[in-house]
Amino acid sequence: MQILQLLLSGIAQGCIYGLIALGFVLIYKATETVSFAQGELMMLGAFCAFAGMTLFGLPFWLAALLAVAAMVAFGVLLELVVIRPILGQPQFSIVMLTIGIGYVARGLITMIPAIGTETHALPVPYKDQIWKVGELVVNVEQMAIIVATAVLCGLLFAMFRYSKLGIAMQASSQNQLAAYYMGIPVKRLNGLVWGLAAAVAAIAGMLLAPITFVHANMGFIGLKAFPAAVVGGFGSLPGAIVGGLVIGIVESFAGFYLPDGFKDTAPYIVVLVMLMVKPNGLFGEKLRKKV
Amino acid sequence: MRYIFKTSYTQDIDLAKHGGHVFWYSLLGAALIVAPWALPEYWLAQLTFVLVYGIVGLGLMLLAGFTGQFSIGHAAFLGTGAYTQAVLSNLGVPFPLALIAAAALSAAVGVVVALPALRVKGIYLGIATLAFGFIVEEVFARWESVTGGNSGLHVKSPKLLGIDLGSSESFYLVCLLVAVLCTLAILNLLRSPTGRAFVAIRDSEISAQSMGIHLARYKTMSFAISAALAGLGGALYAHKLSFISPDQFNILQSIDLLLLVVIGGLGSVHGAFLGAIFLIAMPQLIALGKDWLPPVVGQAPGLQGLVYGLVLIAFVLFEPLGLYGRWLKIRTWLQLFPFYRKGLFKRQKSFTKSDRLR
Repeated sequence: MQILQLLLSGIAQGCIYGLIALGFVLIYKATETVSFAQGELMMLGAFCAFAGMTLFGLPFWLAALLAVAAMVAFGVLLELVVIRPILGQPQFSIVMLTIGIGYVARGLITMIPAIGTETHALPVPYKDQIWKVGELVVNVEQMAIIVATAVLCGLLFAMFRYSKLGIAMQASSQNQLAAYYMGIPVKRLNGLVWGLAAAVAAIAGMLLAPITFVHANMGFIGLKAFPAAVVGGFGSLPGAIVGGLVIGIVESFAGFYLPDGFKDTAPYIVVLVMLMVKPNGLFGEKLRKKV
Repeated sequence: MRYIFKTSYTQDIDLAKHGGHVFWYSLLGAALIVAPWALPEYWLAQLTFVLVYGIVGLGLMLLAGFTGQFSIGHAAFLGTGAYTQAVLSNLGVPFPLALIAAAALSAAVGVVVALPALRVKGIYLGIATLAFGFIVEEVFARWESVTGGNSGLHVKSPKLLGIDLGSSESFYLVCLLVAVLCTLAILNLLRSPTGRAFVAIRDSEISAQSMGIHLARYKTMSFAISAALAGLGGALYAHKLSFISPDQFNILQSIDLLLLVVIGGLGSVHGAFLGAIFLIAMPQLIALGKDWLPPVVGQAPGLQGLVYGLVLIAFVLFEPLGLYGRWLKIRTWLQLFPFYRKGLFKRQKSFTKSDRLR
């Protein structure tokens, strides 16, 4: 029973990692840049929802919807203003740029008087509810994370499989130049990918908010999503979710069965082992240049 | 405009290219030597920190700026050096020996980190070093019998042959000596075949390999030297602060170090020190600026992060060569006056080079 309980909380935590990792992977696949600001986007999304619910008194669903819309706009804008001008520069520059964006986001939020430095609880309707299934105690907040992640994955799968936009994104991620020759507006698409990644991050933020509360430093959890993305293979969307689950479950079990200190380092140990054994990850495609 | 008339091949690798270099660097050296007697205590301490960060920056510059391998866990090496130095000097080991041991242990750790680096590159390497940094930080916090855990560790003041080097003047001179030696070592390294190999790896691994450069060996070497310098810097850092705790070597410190090399100017030795000056001077400037801003903005705790982020974004967007690049432009403007053209340093447009295919 204990194992099931640990498994459940690991899966819930893993879903969050998976969702953030999904953001990395979306951006990486489309533009081959790595965004270190994903955690901060998640934090911004959570703050948007919080502002919508408390400042404007909106109901949860409306606030959530508005937060996602706001983050999509923010993501598109971010791509347009700062990322696009330096496309084609070494990857390292873009990494530093996104680190800078993270700093700015965190700084700006902290600067809002009376809100930025505090820790807030997002008043979601399912807060602090518990279901009992046999001996298993199911936290509704955790269930909400798992269900929402599953639904989101379904939606994303449908989008990439059936919609024109999704297929264009796939084409562009496989070969930008070829996609451009086929008449796909690659630049606009890159902007949309950033928007999509920001939306996913915002959803992750709102799901995480009931558990860890909303505060300016919640974005640091994004650093644990990197191991998730690598374990799953950096270029694979299902891999990101699976990687997230692996990391979440490992973390949850390590926290219970191993001595203190292993809980926080377990994801990194897993990723180092993974990089040594199978650098392409569980689902990573292996591409070779043919001469 | 200065034209150097070269009469022998060795002039190509001279450290000082012409009389101007000799003059200005001698002046700088003289100013740095008299600094302890000319500067007030506070500024001397800041200058010491600039030198310490400059040494660490040199290490990261060699790795990121000259070998093209970027590390998001460099604070781990800094910490390894700092803790080695702290533990050894508390045991009574003489200062120079402890310094060498700190550098050596950090280098050894660097070799261990380089092992995954041989298989992965680009962003994977960044994540490997990030993961490594987290693990090392946790080790510092948990290995309480040696490191004192989260409550930290006091460091005795350095002693050499019975002379106490702990006073701020003498410790400044020690740092200056180490910094000058490290800079000369790096400059020498960069004009040797090894340094050229590093640069070749940065520019293209495939062409470096086909020119007969053993990638694994040189990458490991670069990691080791870089880690040794970081360890050396860490050792001095430990003495300067005289108290160390694990949270001084966390991810934010690593990012600060990256900030240092990017803002200083990737791929320039000057950049390491310019970046160090930036990193030390920035909090002071922000503190000064606070009084000018309205209290809502000026007193907000997030101001420093915001300014750092904005500066970083501005540099990546508008001045990718960093402070040193800006100086090059100013110098060229002065040399060519009044014939400087705007497009002289224009960045070439290029397609994103794919890392996925190799």
